[in-house]
Amino acid sequence: RGVRFVSGEVGRIEKVLIANRGEIACRVMRTAKKMGVRSVAVYSDADRHSMHVAMADEAYHIGPPPSQQSYLSMEKVLEVAKRSGSHAVHPGYGFLSENTEFAEACKQEGIIFIGPPSSAIRDMGIKSTSKHIMSAAGVPIIGGYHGEDQSNERLQAEASQIGFPVMIKAVRGGGGKGMRIARSDSDFLEQLESARREARKSFNDDVMLVEKFVEDPRHVEVQVFGDMHGNAVYLFERDCSVQRRHQKIIEEAPGPGISPDVRRKLGEAAVRAAKAVNYVGAGTVEFIMDAQHDFYFMEMNTRLQVEHPVSEMITGTDLVEWQLRVAAGERLPLLQEDIALSGHSFEARIYAEDPNNDFLPGAGPLLHLSTPAADQYTRIETGVREGDEVSAHYDPMIAKLVVWGEDRSAALKKLRYCLRQYNIVGLNTNIDFLLSLSGHPEFEAGRVSTSFIPQHHADLFPAPRAPSGETLCQAALGLLLQERKHTEAFTQASTDPFSPFGSSSGWRNNIQFNRNMRLQLGDKKVDVVVTYNSDGSYRMQVGQAVYHVTGAVELEGGASFLHCSVNGVKSRPKLVVLDDTVHLFSMEGSAQVSVPVPKHLAGVSGSGQQGGAVAPMTGTIEKVLVKAGDKVTAGDPLMVMIAMKMEHTIRAPKSGVIKKVFFVEGSQASRHAALVELEEEKEEEGSSQ
Amino acid sequence: WLLRCRVLPLPCTRTYYADRVARLGSQPDKHSSEYQENYERMKVLVDQLRDRTEKIKLGGGEKARTLHTSRGKLLPRERIDRLLDPGTPFLEFSQFAGYELYGKEDVPAGGMITGIGRVSGVECVVVANDATVKGGTYYPITVKKHLRAQEIAQQNHLPCIYLVDSGGANLPRQADVFPDRDHFGRIFYNQARLSSEGIAQIAVVMGSCTAGGAYVPAMADESIIVQKQGTIFLGGPPLVKAATGEEVSAEDLGGADLHCKKSGVTDHYALDDNHALHLARKTVRSLNYRKNIEVTVEPTEAPLFPSDELYGIVGDNLKRNFDVREVIARIVDGSKFDEFKAFYGDTLVTGFSRIFGYPVGIIGNNGVLFSESAKKGTHFIELCCQRNIPLIFLQNITGFMVGREYEAGGIAKDGAKMVTAVACANVPKMTVIIGGSYGAGNYGMCGRAYSPRFLYMWPNSRISVMGGEQAATVLATITKDQRTREGKEFTAEQEAAMKEPIVRRFEEEGSPYYSSARLWDDGIIDPADTRLVLGLSLSAALNAPTKKTHFGVFRM
Repeated sequence: RGVRFVSGEVGRIEKVLIANRGEIACRVMRTAKKMGVRSVAVYSDADRHSMHVAMADEAYHIGPPPSQQSYLSMEKVLEVAKRSGSHAVHPGYGFLSENTEFAEACKQEGIIFIGPPSSAIRDMGIKSTSKHIMSAAGVPIIGGYHGEDQSNERLQAEASQIGFPVMIKAVRGGGGKGMRIARSDSDFLEQLESARREARKSFNDDVMLVEKFVEDPRHVEVQVFGDMHGNAVYLFERDCSVQRRHQKIIEEAPGPGISPDVRRKLGEAAVRAAKAVNYVGAGTVEFIMDAQHDFYFMEMNTRLQVEHPVSEMITGTDLVEWQLRVAAGERLPLLQEDIALSGHSFEARIYAEDPNNDFLPGAGPLLHLSTPAADQYTRIETGVREGDEVSAHYDPMIAKLVVWGEDRSAALKKLRYCLRQYNIVGLNTNIDFLLSLSGHPEFEAGRVSTSFIPQHHADLFPAPRAPSGETLCQAALGLLLQERKHTEAFTQASTDPFSPFGSSSGWRNNIQFNRNMRLQLGDKKVDVVVTYNSDGSYRMQVGQAVYHVTGAVELEGGASFLHCSVNGVKSRPKLVVLDDTVHLFSMEGSAQVSVPVPKHLAGVSGSGQQGGAVAPMTGTIEKVLVKAGDKVTAGDPLMVMIAMKMEHTIRAPKSGVIKKVFFVEGSQASRHAALVELEEEKEEEGSSQ
Repeated sequence: WLLRCRVLPLPCTRTYYADRVARLGSQPDKHSSEYQENYERMKVLVDQLRDRTEKIKLGGGEKARTLHTSRGKLLPRERIDRLLDPGTPFLEFSQFAGYELYGKEDVPAGGMITGIGRVSGVECVVVANDATVKGGTYYPITVKKHLRAQEIAQQNHLPCIYLVDSGGANLPRQADVFPDRDHFGRIFYNQARLSSEGIAQIAVVMGSCTAGGAYVPAMADESIIVQKQGTIFLGGPPLVKAATGEEVSAEDLGGADLHCKKSGVTDHYALDDNHALHLARKTVRSLNYRKNIEVTVEPTEAPLFPSDELYGIVGDNLKRNFDVREVIARIVDGSKFDEFKAFYGDTLVTGFSRIFGYPVGIIGNNGVLFSESAKKGTHFIELCCQRNIPLIFLQNITGFMVGREYEAGGIAKDGAKMVTAVACANVPKMTVIIGGSYGAGNYGMCGRAYSPRFLYMWPNSRISVMGGEQAATVLATITKDQRTREGKEFTAEQEAAMKEPIVRRFEEEGSPYYSSARLWDDGIIDPADTRLVLGLSLSAALNAPTKKTHFGVFRM
């Protein structure tokens, strides 16, 4: 392969500041370490103990958790860059990565900004400008109006001309903000106003463009790379069609069902786009593609994208290394004819979110985290470890799971296999959703589009299945073995370490020991009657079904596995017992079973499930709508909180009288914190059982 | 290395290569007809034992149980299960108390469950009334069982937890329950004395505690009461009405609210049974109790042979001989046994061993006791007392040898030595009757009268002053002599007719069920459970501080 070394001027990069956090900061540091480049991390208060700080050679504190005062603060980042003697700044993605002012400021301070020239960022940042440039460079663009005249009449006339449905989009917009679809003439003005409102709020700019809306399009993007010597290459396309909340969730390279011819055309169009703005560094040219595989330029992202690893996997490259080399003035390591496509790669983004609740983002502690083993074909790109917290201040992405296979179906199989081994306890994740998504026949067939999730909603959100009797037995066994471990540990530490009273045999003189274990499944309670057999096995009865159960817990690679046999069928699910909840993870899926908190302990446990309303996630209390003494009925709004950049209204779970309000406006509430104390109206007490 | 380690953070083993002990026991011939017959017949006895116990486990009738649970109350055994550290063993005593004792009246387990189990890591005596059996009222045998549990607590220094749910004395039987020394009043006497010895007394009021019963929580160190279920009063509403005309509900007269908020009779207020048991566990945790083991312990090791082989070795035919060493081999750690005086007085087997890591001196019968055997036994008991080693008696004894030669040899004197030694030994003593227990043999081998900490019986065992056959023959001989003197005839038929009821009666009264029903023992156990039962008993016994032994005069 023709790796070209550079002659002539080379900027030295021996120390790089990573102006980012989380997985991308760790990703950049890994390559920096490999290349012998020292890495400098910056961190906010919330990230004091984060993985990227631990990984860096040096780390500097840059302020309080809110990103405006830390990771988005140009002055602070630049100050650290100078203080640490960094030669370059890698902005990662998000934060300052597409900020022209910052790129400019770096240049002025003599620090290399790892990214394109600020002019390219600016050109590509304004959608109408970028379309003009692309159109001029012969890149196909979609019909639309990008004019100065922003009057309602003009915009509506243009929309009629293009033909409905049309997309109304903020010129400075991104990430789905300030974007609306008008399906007919009649709802155009309403949608326009709505888009403007949001754009004003988000970008302080309400200039709109109108363009043809492609029904069920695919989102296909091309990875490009340019150097300072006028070379530009493409590293093939990625398909990122499947999205929720207008954000990508699963990406693959190459795009499924795309012919080599279309692939080449896509690549060449992308390179033309890059060359049109003298692009340097890593960039992504996004296209929308219709059912006939005609594609239109959407926008260019002037940074390394979240999903870059899939392109790396199919081309055998390290794009961060390329970035560092190109930024130092080297030529591109490979030219177009040297870049070969091999196999297929998937990336699944694991988020702290609740797919069953409209993908509501979450935050909280990663009480248990175990991942599949990483190898040449399996990458786990993450910035968190077990025990870390997914902070409410930043993006709730926990990790990216990247796999490679010989072909699409091999890679997909591998993805699902690995997802099943990605087990998290402590917060809601989208892992189960990713599993049903990647297992959907239409997805397997490669028939993807941006409407995939709404189209297949019913299949992707199957009604929760009650755990099988076998699973209940496994959970009960897990609890019994946990109990045994506690008893053993206690006995061994006591003054009488071998006393048979310390055994967990459940021995009774001449009689069998039966024990009723009441387990909580969602909001249902199930009784498992456990009989201790004299050989150490258990007989378990769930309803009418009887099971013979044996097993032991084995530790492997830091995780506990329940090696068990239920009616002679052996299995070894991963077992996590936290507090009173058993989590079982197996190739068949995951199950969660808990021991109900007895009535007398419910009063003291802080879960708040009994009484008041609780914070759904960590966030800031925006408004308090009630005060002590207020009478409320179920469903009345109590508070409004802002979390993960979204508003949440917390409503009364039941009728009653507010006894206490625990938070004032502007204060922070942690996830599951009780917000108010609500005294239930007297109701007839049920039976005490 | 002879130094005694009092507290062992980690067990140190005191064995070296050359110290390896010979293992005891041999592989039985499982195909021999004797083994098979023995096995089957013992199995029948064990199955019978289990069937009978499973019935007793249910307590009162189904109606009583349903009524009990419909009030939101747990059954007494469920209460115990939830009181104990979850999944840990419970050494229950005298399951057959009251068995066929009161004619048509069935009093399963004597209306009370007693035993030792671990609560918050502390071995405790648990006494639980079974309100499904005659309202939990005290029959004479209930009183005896309660007192025996307190005696166990006293001897082994174990905290007591009373799960009270009782209507008090059984009125129709008040004369056999109330007045005597070892009757109802002794319960409260014991509570006071035990408390004075630093043995915690905890009462959980989960039902009624009427009249005398009111003193159980009132005399306790700490007491817990369940709201709307527990009541404590000296006189119940009917008595109050009769005495003063005052009409008052049980709850107002002696419920949880009254006693926790006004009278101060109880200290902790529980919402339900589960809560009460949770509070009891917390109370035990606050005892600041630490078990001080004054013997060495070693890691435990299972015996080399499966315990159910005991069925085939011992069987149910008391006339059949077996080597007690084969029994020992199936009870002790690693089947390791350091025999003492193996070649002297060989009808008594003595030696040192370990059970669940605890040191024990074992004395087992291998035939009738001769002078040598008795002297050897005496010597061995002295050794164990000197070394603070608990004694285990495996009793299968027809008695001391009789006959002119032996009387002349002073067998009475030598037997007395052994009886003196057994009586005076202050180390924990435990007896398992694995076969016959007859005559003075019962004394020398630590029968009930010699206050072993625990005494258990195998289902094949028999206990009486002598065998039924022998007794019948003795009586028949005396009658025959009398008839002969009177010149009357005593035909073989007459003799047989006379002997038959005597044999039957001895057979019935010698049965372990007859014994257990009257609390002459602490329970009938499955031979296969012997090792575990002894291990649990030893563990419990070692809670008590060591008491020095002073022997009486040994007649030389």
